[in-house]
Amino acid sequence: MRAVLLGGTTGIGRAIARQLAERGESVFLMGLDDDDLARSAADLTARHPRGEKVGYARCNLEQPDGFAAALDAADAALGDFDAVVVTAAMFATQEALEADVELTRRLVTVNYANTVVFCEHARKRLLPRKGRLTVFSSVAGDRGRKPVAIYGSSKGGVAVYLEALDHKFHAAGLSVLCVKPGFVKTGMTAGLKPPPFAGEPEQVARDVIRAMDRRQALLYTPGIWRLVMMVIRMLPRFVMRKIGF
Amino acid sequence: MTAHATPVAEPAPPRAEALAATAATPAPTLSGWGRLPAPGREIFSESLESATRGAVLSRGLARSYGDASLPAHAADKVVNATMANRVLAFDEATGVIRVEAGVSLVELNRLFMPRGFFTPVTPGTKFVTVGGMVASDVHGKNHHVEGCFGAHVRSLRMRLADDSVVTCGPDENADLFDATVGGMGLLGHILEVEFTLHRIPSQWVWMESERVPDIDAFLAALAKSAPQWPMTMGWIDCLTRGRSMGRGILMAGRWATAEEAPPTPPRLGPQITLPFELPNWVLNPVTASLFNTAYYWRHLRQHAKQVVSPEPFFYPLDAVLHWNRGYGPRGFTQYQCVVPRAAGAPAVREFMELLTRLGGASPLCVIKDCGDEGRGMLSFPLSGMSIAVDMAVSPDVQNIVDKLNEFIIAAGGRIYLTKDRFTRPEHFRAMEPRLDRFLATREKYDPQRRLRSALSVRLFGDRA
Repeated sequence: MRAVLLGGTTGIGRAIARQLAERGESVFLMGLDDDDLARSAADLTARHPRGEKVGYARCNLEQPDGFAAALDAADAALGDFDAVVVTAAMFATQEALEADVELTRRLVTVNYANTVVFCEHARKRLLPRKGRLTVFSSVAGDRGRKPVAIYGSSKGGVAVYLEALDHKFHAAGLSVLCVKPGFVKTGMTAGLKPPPFAGEPEQVARDVIRAMDRRQALLYTPGIWRLVMMVIRMLPRFVMRKIGF
Repeated sequence: MTAHATPVAEPAPPRAEALAATAATPAPTLSGWGRLPAPGREIFSESLESATRGAVLSRGLARSYGDASLPAHAADKVVNATMANRVLAFDEATGVIRVEAGVSLVELNRLFMPRGFFTPVTPGTKFVTVGGMVASDVHGKNHHVEGCFGAHVRSLRMRLADDSVVTCGPDENADLFDATVGGMGLLGHILEVEFTLHRIPSQWVWMESERVPDIDAFLAALAKSAPQWPMTMGWIDCLTRGRSMGRGILMAGRWATAEEAPPTPPRLGPQITLPFELPNWVLNPVTASLFNTAYYWRHLRQHAKQVVSPEPFFYPLDAVLHWNRGYGPRGFTQYQCVVPRAAGAPAVREFMELLTRLGGASPLCVIKDCGDEGRGMLSFPLSGMSIAVDMAVSPDVQNIVDKLNEFIIAAGGRIYLTKDRFTRPEHFRAMEPRLDRFLATREKYDPQRRLRSALSVRLFGDRA
């Protein structure tokens, strides 16, 4: 695999990048900050069985103008990548989003509109290579729920887009994987109280890589969330109006 | 191969402010390995560089037993370093490695043992961060040969009390370095550590063990092993009194050669978790004695030689996650001291007599001969005999610690702060002639004593 990771310096993205590097895949990082990217690249090189040098490029989901150039840099470094993993996104609590309309605009733009734009750039390159596109949605996108009304809707939008990509391009050889993690203990959720079934990034990363290897289209991780969300999707409206979840 | 996209402005991450609003949980607490809690909360961040700004204490995997990693005040900003866990550089030719302070020894072993490298010094658990290994200046079974971990550190990157970031090492800002190595995190936040991994001939350990009938025989056996073996330590029965006092099992080891080692790398044993806290009564003098007798006689042959996996050799207790729950809700502490060589074997025997008379000891008791004192100003080991014994917290524990400390002061020894929760400040001062130098260095780098912990309040009189 020659994989590009947008958001591969932190959290679940960091764990995926490490596991790919440790099993000898070639990886390329995209993120916000040069110093942070350089440190992660060094970490991955130290873990790579052949000590392969890891390249990186700055890429900001708030700046769609830079997407093509960043992907060009990845192609140059890897010699035509065949996998793209997007873990980068914004997160904010419903409370913070309701209090700040500008924050809401930024979050839905990054998590939905610009993520789709980035995926469109990536898809055009991956399709002829019969590559893999892996993008993180969230269990928060499975149902309109009070505590994640805005964040969840942005993730739900991405999930619908990815489902359609799979429908449309599967026959042509493109593998699209939509990942729906439940609560995972990372820097993003630090400070929030972990609910039951909270996952570790390493475990989620293992699940994701296995699903990529199998060219799976949809993954709930940790696995228990598939059942939890199945139940939540079946709850009738009058129940959803009542409960706080 | 590095390429750069068009430079773009970085957006301010919105999540910190957003999360602050929801972070409140009722009266959160932090605790060390001994499970005595103190009010406080910790901040997790992948970037120590930003998180330590304005923070007063850093902690790692919280394996220090007492109050070293606990905040002085519930509102103090405490940073947990474990998410800052990247390897920044590794040179296969020299073994020199540079890591972020939150990298754990579990991870280093997993990554580098298969490549023929091992940490120069390992404590008795692998669930420690490299930052913590520096702050405690940990020692291991090879102390009589390799000294403490700090002796292998080449450079530290630190954030100081005034929020500046500096580097220090044996030849650069040496006073800061010497006060930080074993300084319990009070000189600054350790951000990065550069040290040297050692080459190992195989991933297996050649171990010889011996059943030893009493404390005098034990001291003689340790003295005999030290020049022959790079790694030695012993388990002793701290409960039996009289003729068999201080009986136990001596273990000596070295890395197995490639010829001695089995052809496949060692497999990790099953990882058991103690899923809940046991009631206080489970571990009592009777069960503890039964355990000790069984453990002693389990070593059937008087002398045994075998090739073993490093896991049970270095980290026997790591096989059970959360084993500290076994002491129950009362919590526990460890008393670890070193009796200087000058005081001789009689002092060790007297110490054992005092310890068995006072009671309170648990089955976990370890003896080890230490080599020379290192350069860390508060580093624990000195040439002599180190004894470590776990004890459940009871109304009597303060009295036991006081009595043992009075003995150790008279013998010219000292205690290990990483294990301590009950030592009185006047006792610590009496056993630590190096304390003034440490405090003067702290005064130089942190005149307001902004960096502090529950330990520094207890022993150095910092404001709570």
